[in-house]
Amino acid sequence: MSVAEYFDTMNYGPAPESDAEARAWLSTHKASFGHYINGRVVAASAQFETREPATGKALAKVAQGSAADVEVAVGAARKAQSAWAKLGGGARARHLYALARMVQRQARLFAVLEAIDNGKPIRETRDLDVPLAARHFYHHAGWAQLQETELSAYGPLGVVGQIVPWNFPLLMLAWKVAPALACGNTVVLKPAEYTCLTALLFVELAHRAGLPPGVLNVVTGDGTTGAALVDHPGVDKIAFTGSTEVGRLIRQKTAGTGKSLTLELGGKSPFIVFDDADLDAAVEGVVDAIWFNQGQVCCAGSRLLVQEDVAESFIRKLKRRMGRLRIGHPLDKGIDMGAIVDPIQLQRISALVDKGVAEGAEKFQPDIDMPRQGCFFPPTLLTNVEPASTVATEEIFGPVLVSMTFRTPEEAVMLANNSRYGLSASLWSETIGLALDIAPRLQCGVVWVNATNLFDASVGFGGYRESGFGREGGREGIYEYLKPKAWVARKPRPVAPPLPEMKTASAPPVDRTAKLFIGGKQARPDGNYSRPVVSPSGKLVGEVGEGNRKDIRNAVAAARAAEAWSRATAHNRAQILYYIGENLSARAAEFAQRIVAMTDVSKSKATKEVDAAVARLFAYGAWADKYEGSVHSPPLRGVALAMNEPLGVAGVVCPDEAPLLAFVSLVAPLIAMGNRVVAIPSERAPLAATDFYQVLETSDVPAGVLNIVTGSRDGLLKTLAEHDDVDALWVCGSRENSATAEKHSTGNLKRTLVDHGLATDWHDPAQAEGPIFLRHAVQVKNIWIPYGE
Amino acid sequence: MALANVLPMPHAARNAGVAFDPAWIEDCRINLSASERRVAQIPARRSIKKDAQAAWLLKAVTCIDLTTLAGDDTTGRVKRLCAKAIRPVREDILDALGMGGRGIHTGAVCVYHRFVSAAVEALAGTGIPVAAVSTGFPAGLVPHDVKLREIEASVKDGAAEIDIVIAREHVLTANWRALYDEMRDFRAACGAAHVKAILATGDLKTLRNVARASMICMMAGADFIKTSTGKEAVNATLLATLTMARAIRDYHEQTGFKVGYKPAGGISAAKDVLNYQILLNEELGRDWLEPDLFRVGASSLLADIERQLEHHVTGRYSAFNRHPVG
Repeated sequence: MSVAEYFDTMNYGPAPESDAEARAWLSTHKASFGHYINGRVVAASAQFETREPATGKALAKVAQGSAADVEVAVGAARKAQSAWAKLGGGARARHLYALARMVQRQARLFAVLEAIDNGKPIRETRDLDVPLAARHFYHHAGWAQLQETELSAYGPLGVVGQIVPWNFPLLMLAWKVAPALACGNTVVLKPAEYTCLTALLFVELAHRAGLPPGVLNVVTGDGTTGAALVDHPGVDKIAFTGSTEVGRLIRQKTAGTGKSLTLELGGKSPFIVFDDADLDAAVEGVVDAIWFNQGQVCCAGSRLLVQEDVAESFIRKLKRRMGRLRIGHPLDKGIDMGAIVDPIQLQRISALVDKGVAEGAEKFQPDIDMPRQGCFFPPTLLTNVEPASTVATEEIFGPVLVSMTFRTPEEAVMLANNSRYGLSASLWSETIGLALDIAPRLQCGVVWVNATNLFDASVGFGGYRESGFGREGGREGIYEYLKPKAWVARKPRPVAPPLPEMKTASAPPVDRTAKLFIGGKQARPDGNYSRPVVSPSGKLVGEVGEGNRKDIRNAVAAARAAEAWSRATAHNRAQILYYIGENLSARAAEFAQRIVAMTDVSKSKATKEVDAAVARLFAYGAWADKYEGSVHSPPLRGVALAMNEPLGVAGVVCPDEAPLLAFVSLVAPLIAMGNRVVAIPSERAPLAATDFYQVLETSDVPAGVLNIVTGSRDGLLKTLAEHDDVDALWVCGSRENSATAEKHSTGNLKRTLVDHGLATDWHDPAQAEGPIFLRHAVQVKNIWIPYGE
Repeated sequence: MALANVLPMPHAARNAGVAFDPAWIEDCRINLSASERRVAQIPARRSIKKDAQAAWLLKAVTCIDLTTLAGDDTTGRVKRLCAKAIRPVREDILDALGMGGRGIHTGAVCVYHRFVSAAVEALAGTGIPVAAVSTGFPAGLVPHDVKLREIEASVKDGAAEIDIVIAREHVLTANWRALYDEMRDFRAACGAAHVKAILATGDLKTLRNVARASMICMMAGADFIKTSTGKEAVNATLLATLTMARAIRDYHEQTGFKVGYKPAGGISAAKDVLNYQILLNEELGRDWLEPDLFRVGASSLLADIERQLEHHVTGRYSAFNRHPVG
């Protein structure tokens, strides 16, 4: 086109970014790569080809990691770990700072290489992926610096296996590697098979910047390589970002191994437009939500919910805006959308859109120029979609928006939460009261008010529900790479000797029938069987209900219904915890007697336990209005509110030791934070818990907040673990109990806290009380609130 | 701001205005942070290079209201400016770009009333209109009837375009009826001359004020809405432009009338004007890139564009002294 033709048409013309430097880097490696282990390249035993999505051309050969490669890498990481930890926070901070500076120095090389390898626009890699990656190293250099003062009760986990996806290859590397290294862990990283190149560049340049060998190792390969990393017994933690399906598999495979786990998984995030929103701004928000990175974003706002009275006007504005989107080569600086990462993804997107249309959706794709070759999909809007449509529930992971309407704020919340996922939400309203009312009611880890897809290293990111658990970024994220020092010395719980032959009991003065406690009422067990409670010396102390599956079902339903507790004020919850403590204290002698009878401990020991239980209730009464969220200061005019929100319904399985104190220690932090609990008391000594319901009845505890089901621990635990309406599960008991809990928690991806058979000293507040438990009793929601008039 | 129940009327005639209806601005919502993000993305999402850039810059030249509004203006100064308006870019450069003989000239020459006749004379036969700033420019605080007489005098002297200033007080006190009536009178006084309404967005402060003032002025018949006099502490910004462009779009949707847009003040670099063009193209469309719907009030912008165009032709960076002054 000539100047004159441009003058007449006013077309934009091409604006290509040069790829010379990136190609030059590839050719210095002859476009053939091995793994990077222990500070050097390790030749690949097998390789596969990685392709350029925009053209389909081969880009490089990368190594297919085997179990043996993973073995070598984990060995190198293990060998390097203690020295890396001993280096101290200040020295590690200098290394992370060097990595931040390195990323900044090589910013354009990273940006271009990423765009070529992934297919996303250079604008995004240049303006978002790379600067944000650098920001994560800066921020976490800071955490390394402050670790010894701010996080002194915690130490590193050890060797961390990290598996990152293809949609933000370098950025996800940064999100994972920076906090892990900052805390003194060493890393084996497995990049996504489609997009290994920036990780290989990063690790090469990191060592040039002085990173010690073995601290960061990169093993490339497909899912089998990732599986080898997950299975490796020498790995202390797995951090995974990817699909919910694979996340579930990893949870199953790591169950009972003692490995820590964080999962950042899929989403079907709502984008809610109220009728008092700046509609033009919200339209632009949609562009940032679903046509960012071709919609291949786990937190993409893919479910548009518009208030009915503005729906028509909003959709009209949106369609017009779609007509202005430009799709083209990723290295063109004037495009909005690049290529889909791989033909397989393209097929999946097409198939889902076709299915949506077959189910009645109306498809809109703007009449815009599309590249003739390569892996591209046009921006797509599906209207006439109902919540029951496949495209409204399935994550499409492409540039496809589905749209629905709502009538009232209540309905908006209901539709938004009508999902198995819970990663993020974007809500648009110019009314502060409405926006701040809705944000806390959305079941997700991130809410953007009048914005979308804002990220920062100081603000935790992560999901609720089946979008995974754990946070990346901010103080809430740093704990994912640490463990409490107080728990390090825990020893395996001694196996209790089998109970002796039962002796005939001397009849009690008046027979007391312990029942289950469900929904604020004493309830007979569904099966109408009882089980004896026998002391170690063989004395029959009493009988408790033999709870079964249906009792668990009823208890969970009661806990679910007690939703008001999660919205009660912290002051209110504190008052009730104090009141429980007060009433327990009034009956201290009776409880002590019961403990003596059930466990044959001395009276003074039993009294000590009751006193400690009262103190613990007071401690959590104290914490109830003090374990608060925080206000993050990301780089924008506005704030991000990190709110500690309850998990919902939590199951608690108590150990046999300290039957009253352990029960209280596990239940109280959950209740203090607004959770509703279904507790399975000590199997051998459950009467302390059943007596406890009388304390609850006199302490104004609302019905359903704490439910108690006695019976066989193993059976009840499995039912609880499998129950898809239980949000969290805390288990103290045998190693097998922990494995069962983790393995069967995958249906809805519960947050689990298990002790792997390691006994806690419940009398020691350092290991049994306070933030180390409270942290697991909440999930952090970050509400981003940009402001200004 | 959109009223879905008013159907657009498909015609491209001069904006006739509509009856005053405060409902059009009552639910006006502008989110500042979101607007800022959009504006920040404009230069990031679109990049215009090489021949396309030369063409866009030449197009910008045709949209410049070449302006002198200084206390020391004289007839001689205005004539020099008019000569530059007629030949804004060196002929050899235009030839090298393949744009010789395309009649490239600026959009208008913009002066105070006192120099309208001199400018009309200097531009006779070129088709370049003369624009006069008016109505007690820049503060707009002279008596209303004096303002109307000033407009009439400029029109009589041959001004084809009148750049009026609104009384900011009406906006800051939300006296929309008064703003509407004032603008309506200005429009009537202009007769066949086109009227550009200067909102002085730097004085209005909030984007909501900018949006509401834009809408009222369009309802009262403004042909163009314009950001600034060039004399406020803050003049043209992309942020105000975004807000005004969206108001123009809404008004077009409601009425079918296309209202023009003119940023003024502070646009002095070629790369800046490209961002304004991109923003208008993205928010309003291709029609708003031509001088009948887009003007830039500028005095030093042209010189920078000339240097960029020469650089495009020769591959060497240029200097100001290689281009005739206006």
